[in-house]
Amino acid sequence: MSLLEIEAANVYYEDFQALYDVSLKVEEGEIFACIGANGAGKSTMLKTVSGVLVPRRGRLLFDGKPIDHMAPYRRVELGISMVPEGRRVFPSLTVHENLLVGAYRGRPGPWTADGVYDLFPLLQPLKKRQASGLSGGEQQALAIGRSLMSNPRLILMDEVSLGLAPVVIKRIYEAFKTLLDSGCTILVVEQDVQHVLTVATHVACFLEGRIALQGTPRDLTNDQITAAYFGV
Amino acid sequence: MDWLNQGVQGILLGGHFALFAVGLALVFGTMRLVNLAHGDLTIVPAYVALLMINAIHFSPFYSIPITMAIMFVVGYLLQRGLLNRVVQSGDVVGVILTFGISIVIQNALLLGFTADNERLKAGTIDSLSIRINENLAIGWLPLIIFLVALVVIIGLQLFLNRTKMGRAFRAVSDDQEAARLMGINTKHIWAMAMGVALVIVAIGGVMRGIRTTFDPSFGSLSLIYAFEAVIIGGMGSGWGTLLGGIILGLSQTLGARAFGPPWSILTGHVVFLIILALRPQGLLAKTVTS
Repeated sequence: MSLLEIEAANVYYEDFQALYDVSLKVEEGEIFACIGANGAGKSTMLKTVSGVLVPRRGRLLFDGKPIDHMAPYRRVELGISMVPEGRRVFPSLTVHENLLVGAYRGRPGPWTADGVYDLFPLLQPLKKRQASGLSGGEQQALAIGRSLMSNPRLILMDEVSLGLAPVVIKRIYEAFKTLLDSGCTILVVEQDVQHVLTVATHVACFLEGRIALQGTPRDLTNDQITAAYFGV
Repeated sequence: MDWLNQGVQGILLGGHFALFAVGLALVFGTMRLVNLAHGDLTIVPAYVALLMINAIHFSPFYSIPITMAIMFVVGYLLQRGLLNRVVQSGDVVGVILTFGISIVIQNALLLGFTADNERLKAGTIDSLSIRINENLAIGWLPLIIFLVALVVIIGLQLFLNRTKMGRAFRAVSDDQEAARLMGINTKHIWAMAMGVALVIVAIGGVMRGIRTTFDPSFGSLSLIYAFEAVIIGGMGSGWGTLLGGIILGLSQTLGARAFGPPWSILTGHVVFLIILALRPQGLLAKTVTS
């Protein structure tokens, strides 16, 4: 049984249809990467999994059970956690408080605030600082740490490398291994194809609200990916 | 000495204003809802206490804990059942809805209790005072109300800064969608915020009922004072709200001393407008943007 299964999801923003019959399966322990151009529907798909958006048609199964009509906070209880696009840390809270809010549901598991500080040592000295004063890279590390505090089984990452320096991006991708070792499955959305392909175990290429191409990075050639990315 | 006396009375009065203002600020802070029914909700607890006192003759002070519990439930259900529907519909919808609620409360009170003045009789405490010298006397009741306001503000700060629920309030205030993604049920948090706001209102409302007479039309003036205290002090700071209340209280009593009693309320409004013009973010504003 797959950890996450999306069956023919059709998702709309009011009258605008953003996803057309999107189906995918994420297996436990995978790094599943969704790539595609701006507006291709990747982020919409993540928001559907986290519960911010609800599909008009189609189904979502988590661990075999339907979750379509569950509120986002109930999905966190099940072990789905999101690192939102733009990081969205709580600006007036301190770094440490941000982590504590991440543990709000109190799901048992390996992650604690100390574990997060070990994973991202740069956060340790910033513990008592307000999150609004952090740099983009620090905020991204905090957003990932905050998400881990809920001890997720599936962590959703939306454009984690957007606007960050290459050295920071490298650090974040290095952390993926620790995440996998702790039992997380990762579903990541990226526009920056190069980095994500080096770590991903499965790739889905989004194009105009549909999945144009899927497979393991090894099975896909650069030409195929380019064609699916740009739709040429 | 007369000025000193008026000054002391003004500060104590400010504590009273702050007691009504913190609830308004808490609700606005957590859900950006401008609650125009807040003023009318400050009179409801006085009538709740009145009913209790008429039924079982005891001191109005004993009615405070029960009134607090009742107002918490009222706040929670009002928010969960009705106001949660408009939190995300923009400012105007919330203003219109709470304006409607304000009218409903006022007229329900008129139907139930008539427009007569009422008072919660607490015995001799209303007139007892500490006489410092021949010109300065501090009433026990205003002093108690001021101290209660202090305790409430300190307690609220501790709650917001030190507890898990308080952190959730602040997280929801910062970014409600991100809070939801972290597993916070925002509908519950908003309802808790309204419940806590009305618990504070219950304390202030019953205290005012002991201090002065009240009738169903009292709400609008309470609302304006609460707004003025919050805006003078600045959003997001309990101490700011207390400071705002004190400045408003001082303006009123010193205005009365300087220009005569009829000028008291107007002086308060004018001082408020001056501060709003010079420092629109408030004196102790603590807002953070990402």
